[in-house]
Amino acid sequence: MKTVLISQGTCCKSAGADRVLAAMERELSEVGLEAIVKTPGCHGFSEIDPVVVIEPDGILYAKVKAEDVPKIVQSLMDENRLAKGLYYRDPVTNEGIPYAQDIPFFNKQQRTILKNCGVLDPRDINDYMEAGGYRAVRKALLEMTPAQVVAEVKRSGLRGLGGAGFPTGKKWEMCAAAHGEIKYVICNADEGDPGSFQDRSILEGDPHAVLEGLILAGYAVGAQESYLYVRAEYPLAIKNLQIAIDQAKEKGFIGDDILGSGFKFDIKIFQGAGAFVCGEETALIQSLEGKRGMPYPRPPYPVIAGLHGKPTLIDNVKTLASVRWIINKGADWLASRGTETSKGTAVFSITGKVANCGLVEVPMGITMREIVFEIGGGVPGGKKFKAVQTGGPSGGCLPGALLDTAIDFDTLRAAGSMMGSGGMVVMDEDTCMVDTARYFLDFSLKESCGQCVPCRLGTMQMHEILTRITQGEGKMSDLDLLMELSEGVAKGSLCGLGKTAPNPVETTLRYFRDEYEAHINERRCPSRSCKALISYNINAEKCKGCSICLKACPVDAITGAKKEIHIIDGSKCTKCGICLDVCPDAFGAVECF
Amino acid sequence: MCKQNTELKVKDILNCYQGKEREIIPILQQIQEELGYLSEEAMLATARFVRVPESKIYATATFYAQFRFKPVGRNHVAVCRGTACHVRGAERILDILERQLGIKEGETSQDLEYTLEAVACIGCCALAPAITINNQEVHGQLTPKKVAELFPAAAKGGN
Ligand SMILES: Cc1cc2nc3c(=O)[nH]c(=O)nc-3n(C[C@H](O)[C@H](O)[C@H](O)COP(=O)(O)O)c2cc1C
Ligand code: SF4
Ligand code: SF4
Ligand code: FES
Ligand code: FES
Repeated sequence: MKTVLISQGTCCKSAGADRVLAAMERELSEVGLEAIVKTPGCHGFSEIDPVVVIEPDGILYAKVKAEDVPKIVQSLMDENRLAKGLYYRDPVTNEGIPYAQDIPFFNKQQRTILKNCGVLDPRDINDYMEAGGYRAVRKALLEMTPAQVVAEVKRSGLRGLGGAGFPTGKKWEMCAAAHGEIKYVICNADEGDPGSFQDRSILEGDPHAVLEGLILAGYAVGAQESYLYVRAEYPLAIKNLQIAIDQAKEKGFIGDDILGSGFKFDIKIFQGAGAFVCGEETALIQSLEGKRGMPYPRPPYPVIAGLHGKPTLIDNVKTLASVRWIINKGADWLASRGTETSKGTAVFSITGKVANCGLVEVPMGITMREIVFEIGGGVPGGKKFKAVQTGGPSGGCLPGALLDTAIDFDTLRAAGSMMGSGGMVVMDEDTCMVDTARYFLDFSLKESCGQCVPCRLGTMQMHEILTRITQGEGKMSDLDLLMELSEGVAKGSLCGLGKTAPNPVETTLRYFRDEYEAHINERRCPSRSCKALISYNINAEKCKGCSICLKACPVDAITGAKKEIHIIDGSKCTKCGICLDVCPDAFGAVECF
Repeated sequence: MCKQNTELKVKDILNCYQGKEREIIPILQQIQEELGYLSEEAMLATARFVRVPESKIYATATFYAQFRFKPVGRNHVAVCRGTACHVRGAERILDILERQLGIKEGETSQDLEYTLEAVACIGCCALAPAITINNQEVHGQLTPKKVAELFPAAAKGGN
């Protein structure tokens, strides 16, 4: 019998996957065809949502609409037939690719953390168990001592995937050694980096893998209670996690005497309330205790004195989801992948000006070029690549010259950026680097908890200067001032937020100084994106008087009649650029200077 | 909503908790879910229940972006301003929404029909630029035209 997979992740649904699912169920029962319909979570290739996959053949239909469903069902009844025209088309070669395994986006990846995402039904623990799930818990609890679990994780070389890349085994060892009857384990699922969604997809699509990691961590360090700190903005993740917890309890993987081993463990969900700084571990603890999420100085580190003053282990979603692999396959298996200092794989969400947006899991040490151009399909619309921003507001913008650098925790840091939580935003010639720096400073400034003066006021001053430059009112001396402030903010701040907030400014100044200079010296935005420095105009020779722009302009800044040359009233124009977008390519009459 | 009704609801919610300080955030979240915002009375009741000064409840609530202190519109439109959305034109989407709904970011329309807010990443970056309505429906790959289609009643000239 065929299995029909229709992913129901947040982005899949918003693209209409729920309507496709309903149509599929209806159509199957109408024609009386028996097939298993499965609804996994995120498959990662969000760009081509909604997706329908037919197993065991491995056929993938992309951007499916409810109207296409009968055609797919027809092909199912007719063995070995493909529903023509519905499968994925390579955006570059325009070649149709019917099998998922042949699609470059998927076949260049090495999926372990994401392996189950888009494949298993996240609301069915049996599906997970048939795929080898909870085997690691069984093995650890029944065949290994906690110290052996810690040693295995340590030997694998796994580093935390939540930002700083701290060696996971070492952290587990410290927490295991900490004195105290009561200990806690926390999964950091606050994923606040604007532009990343890999944790969300794992929580939604493979919640049991995260629970398994938590149980293993609890056993290893000797904790009996744990929290999943999840952003409230992820309702589907929270829902699927709760279902998973209930099922794991029923099966006896969470509870008083797990698998008869005598180990007792409980997992609770705590919803974050929308503060980016609460992703920082000490702030997260404060927030769990019901307080304002203000970071506090370390030491003592949470592994010694954390939640309610007890030893607390905090790990990221991806870190925890990796642990079962180490237990199942052994430390050497993980250690054999990746680079000398960064083992295993990294999960990136690649977004922005790139053809194939989505989630990719690749071995550490891959180059940015492979990610952006081979997996990501390059920059769409014939535009020129400009930069990749990694690491969210703590990271930096890296130029084309660094595309061939092998990326891992350390090379990214050497380049002035960060691995962060794995966000990767591609920018093209239309993205202004000064504005990008301003954007990130605006974010850090708003999210600063405010207790350190350099972080609270320094970022504000930097933001003011950057705003001035984007408005064409900057001075060359501002650039030195920016560097000076960057240093002060980085040095004088308590937590990672303040310490890394200047990174976007420093890297753009380092790699894209010419753009700053153009804004200051020529009052020109090379990307034509800073509103104060551009204006829109209709070229009288090219305008055909079609009135399309006139109808589209939201502020009625365009005047003209059919078949007459149209004119933009500069005093009304808000520089939204809609007229440029809507003017037919064949005319190309709207110009932007 | 009549006042007595509200008081009862808050009481019902509080009854599900033990009155510990660490329950403050979940309590406030549940109250907001029920009432749509945190009223002064609800915060006072919470303060009494967990036995901390009122100022502490207010201090905690104001720290987190999730909490609101005024009633919110029936359609709560949240525009993502995350990086992926930003580079794909989120500002423009916000601009257009402000004009179409006739309210600025952070405001609620007088008839309580719409609240417009800019938020950080909603986790659908691949569909940038994206918005959510009432924290449930996500609409992605927005263009000015799609925005106009989503809010036909408030469309150009109609507000
Ligand atoms: C401002 C700030 C925000 C952070 N946000 C997150 C986050 O969203 N998710 C996360 O896992 N770690 C985040 N971290 C890192 C955590 O403090 C901590 O290092 C991490 O959860 C440890 O897990 P790991 O060892 O598995 O990486 C953040 C740190 C800072 C300074
Ligand atoms: S660096 Fe900024 S966010 Fe961090 S503790 Fe200081 S003020 Fe708060
Ligand atoms: S840029 Fe926008 S506001 Fe200006 S004329 Fe064009 S459509 Fe109208
Ligand atoms: S949720 Fe649709 S691809 Fe991720
Ligand atoms: S940046 Fe907008 S959804 Fe992530």
